[in-house]
Formats: sequence, C-alpha cells, structure tokens
Amino acid sequence: MLEFVDAHILTILILFPVVGAILVALVSSEDRDLLLKGTLGLTLAEFLISLHCVYRFDEGTAAVQFGERYRWIPEWGVTYCVGIDGISLWLVLLTTFLTPLVILSAWHAVEKRLKAYLLCFLLLESTMIGALVALDFVLFYLFWEAMLLPMFLLIGVWGGQRRIYAAVKFMLFTMVGSVLMLVAVLWLYFEHAKVHAPSTNLLDLYGMSIPFQAQCWLFGAFALAFAIKVPMFPLHTWLPDAHVEAPTGGSVILAAVLLKMGTYGFMRFAIPLFPEAAEYFAPALCALAVIGIVYGALVSFVQPDLKKMVAYSSVSHLGYVMLGLFAFGLCGAQGGLMQMLSHGLTTGALFLCVGMLYERRHTRLIEDYGGIATVMPHFAILFVIITLGSIGLPGLSGFVAEFLVLVGAFGMEDRRFAIIAGTGVILGAMYMLSMVQRVLYGPTANPKNQVLKDLSGREIAVLAPILVFILWMGIQPGTFLDRSAASIDHWVTERSDYRLEFRPVRTARGEADGEAAAGAEFCFTPLPLGENRVRVGEEGRQVALPPGPSPDGEGRRAGHDAH
Amino acid sequence: MADSLHWIPLLPLLGALFCATVGRLLPKICSGVVAVLAVGFAAAVAFGSAWHVHEHGAIVSRMGDWIAVGPLKIGIDLAMDPLSAVMCAVVTGVGFLIHVYSLGYMAHDAGYRRYFAFLNLFTFNMLVLVLAKNLPLLFVGWEGVGLCSYLLIGFWFEDPAKASAGKKAFIVNRIGDAAFVMGMLLLFWTQVQATGVTGGSLDFSDLQEKRSLFETTSWGGWTVGTVAALLLFVGACGKSAQLPLYVWLPDAMAGPTPVSALIHAATMVTAGVYMIVRMNFLYTGAPAAMAVVAWVGASTALFAALIAITQTDIKKVLAYSTISQLGYMFLAVGVGAFSSGIFHLTTHAFFKGLLFLGAGSVIHAMSGEQDIRKMGGLYRMLPYTCCTFFVGAAAIAGFPLLSGFFSKDEILWAAWQSPRGGPALLVLGGLTAALTAFYMFRCAALAFLGASRASEEVRHHLHESPPSMVLPLLLLAVLSVVGGALGLPHALGATNFMGHFLEPVIVSPVEIPHPHTALAELGWMGAASAVALAGMGFALWLYPRKLALAESWAGSWRRLHALSSNKFYVDELYLLFVVLPLRAFSFVCWKIGDGLMIDGAGVHGIAGAVKGGGNATTSLQTGNVQHSAILLWAGGAVVLGAFLWLGGFA
Repeated sequence: MLEFVDAHILTILILFPVVGAILVALVSSEDRDLLLKGTLGLTLAEFLISLHCVYRFDEGTAAVQFGERYRWIPEWGVTYCVGIDGISLWLVLLTTFLTPLVILSAWHAVEKRLKAYLLCFLLLESTMIGALVALDFVLFYLFWEAMLLPMFLLIGVWGGQRRIYAAVKFMLFTMVGSVLMLVAVLWLYFEHAKVHAPSTNLLDLYGMSIPFQAQCWLFGAFALAFAIKVPMFPLHTWLPDAHVEAPTGGSVILAAVLLKMGTYGFMRFAIPLFPEAAEYFAPALCALAVIGIVYGALVSFVQPDLKKMVAYSSVSHLGYVMLGLFAFGLCGAQGGLMQMLSHGLTTGALFLCVGMLYERRHTRLIEDYGGIATVMPHFAILFVIITLGSIGLPGLSGFVAEFLVLVGAFGMEDRRFAIIAGTGVILGAMYMLSMVQRVLYGPTANPKNQVLKDLSGREIAVLAPILVFILWMGIQPGTFLDRSAASIDHWVTERSDYRLEFRPVRTARGEADGEAAAGAEFCFTPLPLGENRVRVGEEGRQVALPPGPSPDGEGRRAGHDAH
Repeated sequence: MADSLHWIPLLPLLGALFCATVGRLLPKICSGVVAVLAVGFAAAVAFGSAWHVHEHGAIVSRMGDWIAVGPLKIGIDLAMDPLSAVMCAVVTGVGFLIHVYSLGYMAHDAGYRRYFAFLNLFTFNMLVLVLAKNLPLLFVGWEGVGLCSYLLIGFWFEDPAKASAGKKAFIVNRIGDAAFVMGMLLLFWTQVQATGVTGGSLDFSDLQEKRSLFETTSWGGWTVGTVAALLLFVGACGKSAQLPLYVWLPDAMAGPTPVSALIHAATMVTAGVYMIVRMNFLYTGAPAAMAVVAWVGASTALFAALIAITQTDIKKVLAYSTISQLGYMFLAVGVGAFSSGIFHLTTHAFFKGLLFLGAGSVIHAMSGEQDIRKMGGLYRMLPYTCCTFFVGAAAIAGFPLLSGFFSKDEILWAAWQSPRGGPALLVLGGLTAALTAFYMFRCAALAFLGASRASEEVRHHLHESPPSMVLPLLLLAVLSVVGGALGLPHALGATNFMGHFLEPVIVSPVEIPHPHTALAELGWMGAASAVALAGMGFALWLYPRKLALAESWAGSWRRLHALSSNKFYVDELYLLFVVLPLRAFSFVCWKIGDGLMIDGAGVHGIAGAVKGGGNATTSLQTGNVQHSAILLWAGGAVVLGAFLWLGGFA
C-alpha cells in the first residue's frame, strides 16, 4: 500500500479530491455539518499527502521528481506525464495548504447550495494541482481549461450583484489567451513531429531549436495567455471585477493560486521553450511589470471597496514576480518564486479577513468601517500582521521576496526597473496603512460596528496557520529557498538550452531505480524514459537519441547535480 | 560576556512575547515588571559586553544564515565593537530608565500590556540595528524600529489624528528606506560586477575592505561610493528626521510621552547618525556626500530651531529641538568628526530623554495639558520635575561644564576647523546654539516660573509624580550634568575617552586640528559659553515677566512670527504638491486608465464591435428562401472568382 502511494503520489494528489468529490456528492445536501466536516477532512488529508512530497523531495537535483509517465494516445504521442521540481513543489503545497482553510472559512458564510460550493473547491483543487504537475501539453491544457469551470461557477453562482458580468469577463479574458496558446502548442507539436516521433511531452519539446522569428510569435501567444492570468498591466481589468464578485473562498483561491498559474506558466513554458524570444521581450515585459507595480499600487490607494483594493494590490505584487523572473538571475527568480508564495499567503489571508468583516457587516466599503480594533482586538492584531507581511516588513514573508526581486532587478543592465519597483515599496505602505487606519483605527462611530463580535476560535484557526508561514518565510526563508535552489539555478543557468531530467518515483529505499519500480503491474504501458528525447548536436542539428532507458543521475545533468 | 551577545536583543524580544501572550492572563503589573526586567538584564549583559570590548576588543556572534541565494549571503550575525558598545549602553541604559518611568506614567492606561509589549519590541529592534554585522540585518532593525514607532505613535488609535500621525511616520520613513535599499543594492552589485559571483557581501568588514573599489568605480558620472553614501543618507534623513523628510517627527508627539523620550529623542532617531558613523569608511571616501550631510545637518539644525522658538506645545518645542540637535550630529559626522557626533548623540540621549520625561511629568500633573501658555508657576507643586527640567535645559543650551556644553563645543570646533568644514557651517551652528539656549529657557520659564495661568480645575489636581517617575528624572539629570566626562577636552587635562574608545571604528579619520594652546581652547570655550549664556539670559529676562513685551514683538513682526509658528507651511506645501497630486493621479489611473481606456475603449469596445457585427449579420438571416439563394450564389461567385484569380487549375 505504502509503496503504491509512494509510486503514484502525484496521481493520487490529483485524483484524491475527485474521489472526495464523488463521496461528498453522495451526502445529503441537508446535512451541512457532515458536508463541511467531511470536505474539511478530505482536504486536510490531501494536505498531509502533499507533505509527503516535501518530505521525500530531493533538493539536490533540478530533475522533475516523483515522475510518472505513461502512454495515453500513442499514435499522437500524447502521454500522461507528471512530476514535480523545485519550481512547482511549493505551489502545489500552497494549493493543498489553503484549500482546507478556505473550506473552514465557509462554515457559516455559504448559505445556498453548500454541497455544490464544496464540490467546486474539490474539483478546483484537483485541476490546480494537475496543471502544476502536468508535463505534457495535452494534459496541462486539459487542467488549465478545466480549472476555469469551477471558478466560473463560484463567481457566477455564489457571487455578488454583478456576478454574471464578472464571471463572463473572467472566462472571456482567460479563453482569449488560452486559444492563442493552443495554436502555438499545435505549431510546436507539428514542427517537432517533422523531425521526431510525434510527442506532446514537454520534456521532449524543450530544447527544440526554433528560428528566432517563430519563437517571437510563439512566445507572444504563450505570454498573452499567461500575462492575462497573472494579470499584467494592461490586461488586469478582469481581476478586480472577479474578486469583488467572487465569494470569499473563491477570491482566496483566485488570488493565491490561480494567478500563480500565469507566472508559473512563464517559468515552466514560455521562457524555457523560447529563450531567445523571452530575452528579446524581457525589457518590454519588465517595463509592463514595473508599470503594474506602480499603477496597481496607485489605483489601490483610491479604492473605496476593500476587495477591490486588495485586488489591485495583487496587480502590484504580481508585478514584482514578473520583474524577478525577467531579470533572469538567481536572486530575481528566487525572489519571484518567494513572492508567489508570499502573495498567496498574505493576499489569501487578506481576503479571508475581508470575508470575516463582510460576514459581520455585509458591506465591503471601507467608509462603513472604522474603529474595528476597539471591538475586535484579536482580529486587529492578525490583520495588522498580515498587512505588514504584504507590504514587506523585514521578518515577514513579503520582505524576503521583494528584497530578492529588487536585488535581482538591480543586477540587470537597466537599473531603472529596480529603482521604479523600489518606489512600489513606498506606495505599498501608503495604500495598505491607509486602509488599515480607516478600517481599524479611529472612534467606533457607526453603531452597527459597536456590536461586532471578535473572531471565533474557528476563524482564528483559519488565519493562524497562514500567519505561522508568513513568519516562517520571513525568518527562516531557507526552508523554502533551499528546496527550490537547484531547480532555480538550473532554470537560470541553462536557460538558453533548457532540458529537464525526468526522475521516476523513488522506491521506499530512497533510490531512483527506473520507472519499472512498483508501477508496472498497476498501470498501463509505462513509457521508457528517454524515448523521443532529443538533444542538439554540435552543428546545432537535432538528433534523436536512441530510445531506451537512460541511467539516472548521469548524463548532462550530472555535473550540475553535484552542487 | 563574549558569547552572550545574542541575549542582548533576545531578552527584550522574549519580554515582548511574554507581554503579548502569557501576560494577558496575569495581572497587568506582571507585564510591566517583566518588560522592565527584560531591558534591565539586557542592559546588564550589554554593559558587561561593552566592558569586554573595552578590554579585549570586538565580539562577534554568528547565528546562522538568514537569506542565502546564489551570490547573496546574509547571515544573522551580531557584532559588538566600541561603536556598538556605546549605542547598546545608551539604548539599554536610557531605555531601562524610561521603562521604569513608564510603570508610573502608564499605570492607569487600558492598553498597559500592549504598551510594554511594543516598548520591548522596540528595544529588541533597536538592539538588532546597532548590533547587526551587516547592512541587511541593520535594515531589519531599521524597519523594525519604524514599525514600533508607528505602533506607539498611534498607540491611542481611537483618535484619528494620532492614528494618522503614526501612518505618516511610517510612510515618510519608507521613502528613506526605499533609497536605503537602493544604496545597499548598489554596493552589492558593484562588488559582484567587479569580482565575480562570489564576491558580493554586505558585511561591514567586507565593505570596509573593498572601500577603494567604491571610490574608483563610477556610476552615472559619480563614484559608486558617493551615490551609495547619498542613498544611505536619504534613508538616514527619513529615520533621523532631517530636511526634507523631518515632517513626521513633530506629529510623532501624538504618542505617549515616554515613547517620545525613548524613540523620538534618545534612540531611534539617532539611528541615521549611527549608520553614517558605522559606514564612515564609505563617507570619508566620498567628500561630496560628506558635504551634503554636513550642509543638510546644519540647515536642519537652524531651520528646526527657528520653528522651535514660537511653538507653544511643550512637546512640539522638544520635538523641533530634537530635529535641530540631530542636525548638529549630522553636521558633526558630515565634517568628519565622527566621534563627536556619537558623543553628542550620547549626551543628547541623557538630556533630551530627561526633558521629555520632565515634560511627561508636567503633562501628567496638568491633566493632559500641553500648552505652555496655560502653565506657569509649576515650580511650587513640582519641585523635582522643575529642578531636573532646568538641568536638562541648561545641558542642552550648553551651560558651561554640563554635558551638552562639551559635546556641542566639539562639534562647533570641528565644523569650523575641519578640512571639510568652514566658517559658514560654524555660523549656522553658532546661530542654532544661541537659538537653542533661548527657546529652551523660554519653554522652561513659561512652564515653571512666574504665576500660574492654569485653570482652577487643573491647579487643583496638580501633584508631583510618583517615585517610579521621579527617580529616572533624577538619574538622567545626574547623567546630563556629568555626561560630559565621556569626552573632556585636552585643555582640562583629560583624555577624550569617547574619542579614544571609538578610534578603532573610524577607519580613515579626518584630521581635525586641535587648538594650539590651552589658552586658545579656553578662549574658544569661553566664546561658546557666552553664546549659550546670552541666549539663556535673554529668555529669562523676557519670560515670564515681560510676556506682554514678547507679544508686542510678535505683533510687530507678524509675518515672520506666523512663518515660524506655522512651521514654514511645509506640511501644507507637501499636501499641495505631493499628496494631492498623487491622489488625483491615482484617480485618473483608476477612472480614466482602467475605466475609460482599458475597460471602456478596449474590453467593452471589442465586445461591442463583436456584438454589433453579430447584429449586423443577423439581419442577413431573414429566413427568406430567395435571400438565402442570392447569398448562396454570391458566395459561390466570390469563391470561384478567387480561385480563378489565384491561378485556377493551372
């Protein structure tokens, strides 16, 4: 049993919420208690399973680990291929960590169609993890699109007044990008198939030598899809609407994980597949990133609506991620990754806080609050710490992330980007602390605010775990940095000819010994490793490697793994 | 003592955690006592370590890595050298006294535990700042003290004005901090680009070794050293309230008075001076930056003193006086008199801490009244407070042989005689000295002497403060008197202890000539005394007996008086030229950028076009067979035409 779990950990992570959803679907809709507790238990179990990945993760290698790879549609070279490396590890963890908290936050908040609401989250979790671990384009695209459906429903069914407008806007924006990406994927596939056996496997498609002109078009298509998701200025206007209308849980997941799909997409696909084009467009993207940082912060500053304010702050924060990634250095990339996590935690927590206020007062307008710290002291403490984490106070998660991004950006030839991004630090303090003051401080003038109850034990249980990680990332960022260091290092230094080594699941002995381990009897047609793999020959021609298993830990990655 | 360095900051941190958690369950006095003890023990360890440093040299304590990414390695490393030792002693020593004072001052406040938690947290951050062995860790303390300042200024957050003051402090500080970070990054990348990936370090010792690199590399027409020094100085301007970023400090008086004493007078605001002395190797190699520091310091000193002479709020007088004295310190370090700057920092911590605590005692006695026009005659009811306040005022005014006399004397001498100084700086400093003596004694005389101008109600409640508040006053008064012993000039037959102790820290000192003879030195001191005594005498002659005369003077120079009492309208100018335009621009971004352009013209424009196109073509679908036939025929013709035009079957 354990061996089976070990061998298929990622598949289990993807399927467990689906199985859970089926179980939840069987529960009577009347039984709120069982529905909530059951879903909470399932998502907690999922989190525990994902911890196994951290525990067994080998931080010494840039290879994708816990790999599983099977033929799916052999005629077209479509595979079921999943794996985790240092880039996706923490994003998967972020997903599994936040989902139970979101369920816990829904306890009293969701009145109608509770069962469907919970099902949406379970399916959302499954698809998000799927998109993060998929290493085959067809598989990725499937999850990428499937992810939209639960979120579309969450906004459209449980949303606020203008939910239909917001849901449609969300859907249309994302679809526009996705469709172009699909075209680009098809081009890649057919171009690759001209020389090699057809494959949609990302690991095969890495390292194709694509002419610069074509790279630019393809990168453009990918970048558009991902930039909408991030969202980058000026493609961000769907986000405030979606956030304002979405229910609390939807906002949390949207901000914490779905947006990261965009930045993750740049890291996993757009940049390594088209390195020259990425380099070529980097100044433009950096410019958009810093415009986003400043613009998002400014617009945040004048928002009357709490959720809109947090939504625009996301535009600003995600700008740091993009700037870090396109600085193409170790510090920048690590900072970008840290900012993804930090933003996930702090903004997720901010949306939870706003949700808690909304549950009490049924308003999101900042002017309706004031003096909340007097009546809700515990809430005030947590809220202030989360805000400080968001504006990058040293000792909390945001600082490590923003500082690393700035270090990375300052190392670029054009230092103006770093300098403009640095002003974002000032603006961040400005809009966040203004909001904190208007919500928490001052006299509790409004009689409706004078009777508010402080946080319940359940609500503290929702926020406290996030707070622990905000502190942890700020004080001991090594825990997170070290596990992604090898992958980031590889991503940065081998960018111009990026390949990923595929490492099947390790057996209980902790050694990598071929994907035959434990897999064969349970699964359909395991694909030998190395099939379809290509490398660029001396003259730049592509030569197919002879199929057959290639020994692990050797080859072109070996030298790199040493450190 | 050598291996217990980390306990110096950790003890107050533990104290803060205690007050924030366990302390909430216990009687509130427990939190106060634990907080006081935490700082007390930290002070004991700090003094022990400082003695060790004095005897055996610097102590280093490494506590592992904080951030390690590629070329960037930041360790949690603490180090105590003579400079840190002085700072630690000031922070924990004065901090301890102010903690004790707070026991009495805050005894009846509802936020008692929160207060001590914040105060301890502040002490922790301040100690991290002065003990950090590298720039980023210093920055942790730097932002940390800013946070505590924010929390404590807005301690009574129910009052919107106080909450706003806290926010203002944080944001203005952040402006400086952003520049500070840029300075760090510049120093870091200059090394990496010069020596390869492994060469970057922000450790003070490494930076010091590579100082010639910063002096020789150029960036944007200046040397890296100059640019970095200026960027770091912008950070110092924010933290230490210098022109043009001083505007938050007067507002910061909204916090409880002991906080003003500890954070906004004795310790936090001096962090900028400390930082420059810490980075003295960088500044001495950047003469242009040094000149900027000196001139900003001297201008701030005079500017703030000009405002202080007309202020009527006792804490505002002290706040502008603090800004002015900080300007003195920057003047000192700007002309290369690093140890004089630290000397003045130390004596200032004594007498300004004393003055603020005295003001607190007055406010406490006056049921919260802060307007010196409504005081007067307090010497009868508050004898201890009165005496100690006058001692503090005399010390800051430069009364001969008190602590402020010696430290100010050194600075003025250096401003004049240093190769980086000159007569102009001396004039600015001298004018400030005279004004300082005047406004401090104006304030003291109005508050304590003459007849009482308070209401019957207030007068009825007048009382001397409890022992826990008076004792720190007395101790600080003693220190204000004898503190000058730390830096006695040679003419009095002493060795300048502070100067000698700090010698190992000052890497490339600026040679400042001593007076040639003892007579010259005594003459110089006599001149300085004369300036101070003139200012004091004039104030005591005018106030409080000739108030009417003072009023009539103010009337005849109405414009000038209004300029000073309205703080040169700087806040209003910032509001008009910075805050409002920024807010307006933000609205433009939101309503026009997002609303009209991106969503309006872009998103809805495309959506509208699609919809319109759809509607237009819908009308073709009439369901009429003839129409369909025509369209079919027309379509076929177009396809056929295109086919033939493109070459047909050929």
